[in-house]
Amino acid sequence: MRVSMDLELKDIPGQLLLVLKPISDFKGNLVTVVHHHEKRTPRGTIPVQVVFEIKADKLDDIISKFEESGVSVVSVDEKRYLEHGTVILIGHIVHTDIQDTIDKMDETGCAELVDLNLSMPKIDCPSSACLKIDAVNKEELNLVIELLKKIAVEKDLLVIEPIESELRV
Amino acid sequence: MKTIRTSIIGFGAVGQGVAKVILSKNEYLNNMGIDLRVVAIADSKTAVIDENGLDLSAVLARKLEQGSVGSENIGGTEIIKTVEHDLVVEITPTNINDGGVGLGNMIAAFEKGMDVVTSNKGPLALKYCELEEMAKNSGSQFKFEATVGGAMPIINLASETLAGNKILSMEGILNGTCNYILCRMMEENAPYDQMVAEAQELGIAETDPIYDVEGIDTACKLVILANAIFGMNATYKDVSVTGITKITPEALLLAQNNGYDIKLIGEVNGSKINVSPKLVPKDNPLAVGGTLNVASLQTDISGPITITGRGAGSIETASAILSDIISIYKD
Repeated sequence: MRVSMDLELKDIPGQLLLVLKPISDFKGNLVTVVHHHEKRTPRGTIPVQVVFEIKADKLDDIISKFEESGVSVVSVDEKRYLEHGTVILIGHIVHTDIQDTIDKMDETGCAELVDLNLSMPKIDCPSSACLKIDAVNKEELNLVIELLKKIAVEKDLLVIEPIESELRV
Repeated sequence: MKTIRTSIIGFGAVGQGVAKVILSKNEYLNNMGIDLRVVAIADSKTAVIDENGLDLSAVLARKLEQGSVGSENIGGTEIIKTVEHDLVVEITPTNINDGGVGLGNMIAAFEKGMDVVTSNKGPLALKYCELEEMAKNSGSQFKFEATVGGAMPIINLASETLAGNKILSMEGILNGTCNYILCRMMEENAPYDQMVAEAQELGIAETDPIYDVEGIDTACKLVILANAIFGMNATYKDVSVTGITKITPEALLLAQNNGYDIKLIGEVNGSKINVSPKLVPKDNPLAVGGTLNVASLQTDISGPITITGRGAGSIETASAILSDIISIYKD
């Protein structure tokens, strides 16, 4: 997931390293660092904004490391889902237990259905649906689309997925 | 000047297109040092032979007026076996079940060490490796650019122009009929059946459109690309195929509202050969309209290369045949 943090550092040499090292140690991937040296706080600290990608279970460890070394964490904003996918389904979507279809996707834990737009023109005619799926990364997005294709075979639905170059990792 | 004696086996729309293109490009060919002399033409019932070279305008006129090319009662395979010539332009109707007469014609040509240029997909989709092997053993040239994407030069692009690149994957639209039907369904918010009927009326779809709309035609072309570009040993049964018959206007509208077109996409990726309707972002180069074909090759050093062009039509297909002929005989 992607994490955005507002931190405050003491205005003495070597403080930025106290932020970067734990991110690196826990195999995070740094996206941006903005060091606002000119916006010194009334407390005499320097605001720093960092954005990095990290496995969800490592975030608490990183925050503990920051606190141990005197880096104050002002706010943490996590964005768990980085990838958004669109898939179209055609067939008897509702009558083949739509709840079950959604549950199976959500149960993966790494992706979930966030929007469903359903068009049912006539009774007994196949319905069409547009599904929006959020996933932690492209690999998980691909996995959940594969899962949906498997479910679709069982339920005789047609899955229209994005072209390969859109899903390429 | 190099004299190339050639036969045209099959004289439907594409065969006549080839004759017209040879006529109109005669001077161009001469300037390249090629004297292309058509010594025999066969349609499904009749044939005409002249070892000194046929008058193509006269044959075209006769075909138009009388529906046949000549009065000789000799089949295409017989011509290949008995008339002395160098090149067979094999354009009989494609047959995906057993390769049809085209397969026999190609084998007969290779047995005699003749070169073959073809637009006939069936034999290649079924017996690509065997045919390549036969051509190699007999020292024959075997060219089939016209089998995939009509005027769009995808095979020669990958094998010659992009030399030095490894082609990693390919995806594209290889059937103009399906593309037309899907585009029109989206434009008119009309059901599938209605737009198939329109396509049939315009001559874009066949009376029996199953070969196109079920993805079979695209699958055959993918088999040829998988073998010719990716060096796979694939046949039709290795392709997973889903056609466009189940697509609804509602699905197209939902896709459109989210910035996508639905297109019948063929792809070769790793060992996977697949035909199915897919979502193509409207700003993607694959989102071409009408009956156009398009293919995007993912290469290791050049990145993605995309080409688009007319995938069908007699003159367009004939242009691919002409380019194959020139590539064999130019110095």
